[in-house]
Amino acid sequence: MAIVSQVKKSCTVNPLKMSQPLGGALAFMGVCNTMPLLHGSQGCTSFGLVLLVRHFKEAIPLQTTAMSEVATVLGGYENVEQAILNIYKRTSPDLIGICSTGVTEIKGDDVDGFIKVFRKNHPDFINFPLIAVSTPDFSGAFQDGWEKTVTRIIETIAPMPSGRRAETRVNVLPGCHMTPGDLDALRQIFEDFGLEPSFLPDLSGSLDGHIPDDFTPTTLGGISVDEIGKMGRAVWTIAIGAQMRTAAEALERISNVPFRVFERLCGLVANDEFFAFLAEISGQPVPQKYRRQRSQLVDAMLDGHFHTGGCKLAIGAEPDLLFDVGSLLHDMGMELVAVVTTTASPVLDRLPTEEVLIGDLEDLESRAKVRGAEFLITNAHGRQMVARLKLPFFRIGLPIFDRLGAAHIVTVGYQGTRDLIFAIANMLIAHREVHHDVNQASWCPTMEQESL
Amino acid sequence: MTPLNAKIQEVFSEPACGINQGKSEKERKKGCAKQLQPGGAAGGCAFDGAKIALQPFTDVAHLVHGPIACEGNSWDNRGARSSGSALWRTGFTTDMNETDIVFGGEKRLYKAIKEIGEKYDPAAIFVYQTCVPAMIGDDINVVCKAASEKFGRPVIPVNAPGFVGPKNLGNKLAGEALLDHVIGTAEPDYVTPYDINIIGEYNLAGELWQVKPLLDELGIRILSCISGDGKYQEAAYSHRAKAAMMVCSKAMINVARKMNERYEIPFFEGSFYGIGDTSEALREISRLLISRGAPEELMARTEALIAREEAKAYAAIVPFRYRLEGKRVLLITGGVKSWSVVAALQEAGLKIVGTSVKKSTKEDKERIKQIMGEVAHMIEDMTPREMYKMLREARADIMLSGGRSQFVALKAAMPWLDINQERHHAYMGYDGMVELVRQIEKSLYNPIWLQVRRPAPWDGEGRIAKLGMAMAAE
Repeated sequence: MAIVSQVKKSCTVNPLKMSQPLGGALAFMGVCNTMPLLHGSQGCTSFGLVLLVRHFKEAIPLQTTAMSEVATVLGGYENVEQAILNIYKRTSPDLIGICSTGVTEIKGDDVDGFIKVFRKNHPDFINFPLIAVSTPDFSGAFQDGWEKTVTRIIETIAPMPSGRRAETRVNVLPGCHMTPGDLDALRQIFEDFGLEPSFLPDLSGSLDGHIPDDFTPTTLGGISVDEIGKMGRAVWTIAIGAQMRTAAEALERISNVPFRVFERLCGLVANDEFFAFLAEISGQPVPQKYRRQRSQLVDAMLDGHFHTGGCKLAIGAEPDLLFDVGSLLHDMGMELVAVVTTTASPVLDRLPTEEVLIGDLEDLESRAKVRGAEFLITNAHGRQMVARLKLPFFRIGLPIFDRLGAAHIVTVGYQGTRDLIFAIANMLIAHREVHHDVNQASWCPTMEQESL
Repeated sequence: MTPLNAKIQEVFSEPACGINQGKSEKERKKGCAKQLQPGGAAGGCAFDGAKIALQPFTDVAHLVHGPIACEGNSWDNRGARSSGSALWRTGFTTDMNETDIVFGGEKRLYKAIKEIGEKYDPAAIFVYQTCVPAMIGDDINVVCKAASEKFGRPVIPVNAPGFVGPKNLGNKLAGEALLDHVIGTAEPDYVTPYDINIIGEYNLAGELWQVKPLLDELGIRILSCISGDGKYQEAAYSHRAKAAMMVCSKAMINVARKMNERYEIPFFEGSFYGIGDTSEALREISRLLISRGAPEELMARTEALIAREEAKAYAAIVPFRYRLEGKRVLLITGGVKSWSVVAALQEAGLKIVGTSVKKSTKEDKERIKQIMGEVAHMIEDMTPREMYKMLREARADIMLSGGRSQFVALKAAMPWLDINQERHHAYMGYDGMVELVRQIEKSLYNPIWLQVRRPAPWDGEGRIAKLGMAMAAE
């Protein structure tokens, strides 16, 4: 059980946190032929766009209402109206998803109200999907923006229960810590149980890195607006990560689909629960393939524990990712000595560590140093700290801009867990070989002192 | 009119700007930025521009006063390099929350400045204003002044909140901050007749270091580079330079012009991109230094160095010629680079099928005509869809552009090279241009192109089509 505390300081140094609208925009990117739109100054969009381009190595559809100082003061209806019309004219999307930002929230722009006026002024758009989410930059974090947006999509498109339920259909609501690779792996698992999953959002269709047949200015794939409208037919909703509980509850309220939240999908016990649940709802036995994969994971844990056991870990990530991966490494014998996250979450006080700090990478660095951390896990921004602390460094989360394949890091399922254990153990082995190989002085403190 | 608005008006009517000279008084007042189109705009805000211009100062703590988006979504994303401190890469922000919005963020800002001073002891702290505190009326000038006095360390307000305009305006407002608060506030230990400033050069991918050895060899000292690999003190005593080179005309012309007015430092606009341009820049530096009293013999040494380096560079490009002869380049960049790299590319046998002039001045366009002839394919504005089509139809063999459009080329399975700010290779000076040609050759002749353009041996439904079978048999 951990004590969750907020750092008391005025200057955030080396932020771990990213802003809500960016998380919201990314959620919209999991819907097919969509254009996310940030209602703010053009920089809000530009920074977010560059960040996501560097992470995914993909073109990112993201537009701006380009608020000037004057427009901000007077109110942004005209800009929102023009932006919708322009986007529609240029890219003919199926959905425009609007996230507010700090500056337009301060002014008090009511985007939902704008949309009502817009529909009145432009009757052609009366049924065109426009979704507004309130995501001020000055509260919450990336994960909160994602969570709110998915909930708003469900509330707005409101999938009504339609007659008979389709026995094999399930809804999957993945948290923002799930990569396109994770979603592909999960889809395979569901299908192997004879289930037909609808993922909302589905980044595996849009940001998995693939070559489209033609130029597309909007999202290259993802769940269609139609399919969202049919989510009410499913027999179950599976929410992945505690952040998705609100969205799952909304779906249950509107469409009467029962849900279950899986806070973790990385680790042996977590996957035992997950696979048992799938077997139960599908009425199918666990396929041979997964029985083998479970056994392989057990073997990987046995082989890996020599290297992970007792290792002091410093980890910084958004709450659900932190809980998932941090708990796995605790399962593998690591000691979580420095733990930093970005925003409040019900999972934090259940992390197997003494203290979870809502803070930044400066906090993580100072704690890692003082508490003798031997291994660092965080996003690519950890690179500066690791240059100083000289630790092995495994990148997870977002952004990962200085390595390839961020979209295909898989941590879910027996297989994903197995591969993660191997990747981490190999990194620790490689680091030890280079930096801590045994020599004559290893068992003789005085000699070591002299050689220093 | 608020002081910031007055500043913006002043920057807009910059008399030394080539474009402004052709405008009427009324047009000038309107400003240089095209009105941004909601839903159709791309590009950074004024804050982004200010940060681009100043962040390369290496020993300064760059503190962003605003909610998390402004710094949290963007820090550590620039390709500048430092020969000393890594402080410039550290992300500092007040990370304003709801309480700060309600009660004002000035207190938090003041405390943040105090914390940075105590923990990081920087040469100076630059405080960047953003939209949210500007909206609620936080006065960073007052806070910075109070903090400077209290803590005995320069704390410089950079007043360029994002919503006042685009990146380019931010560059200039950053320049104004230097002019108002930094330049002329210190004195160098000594001066020489060979001291120059380089203005608007950011040492991306360390490219300044491709040119510095040439200047070193000539005995020319970079007194201050604004801002690539620069130090705060250097900018503070930069008013003692004898001459200045302005690298990017659009970014900080106001700095060069006002330093000329205030301190009589003559300047010229030049570029280190391209062989001929590098030579021209070196000549111009020497000429200006001589006009300010440096010995005449400097020019002879400069010419000798130019002759040697040009011969070396062209000799290094020759081997690429037969591989690159006739290959067609689509150049999507802005301003100076729209012409300055063209000559070297032509020297390597490459054919320029188009160069974008969206951000170019009238002079830039004249230069393009001079170099490429009247039939120069100047592209005013090309949508990503058109770029994609051009590449897909193989009307160009390679695209050189900024990161923003890279996927347009890559998704069309065409070679692409980054020549803008996030690139990994340095392309300045003589060595840099040879490197650019080498990179183009490497990219064009990578064997992947043959495979990645090959269609899969099945149709849309996954059926093995006859065509596919035939290809497989080949």
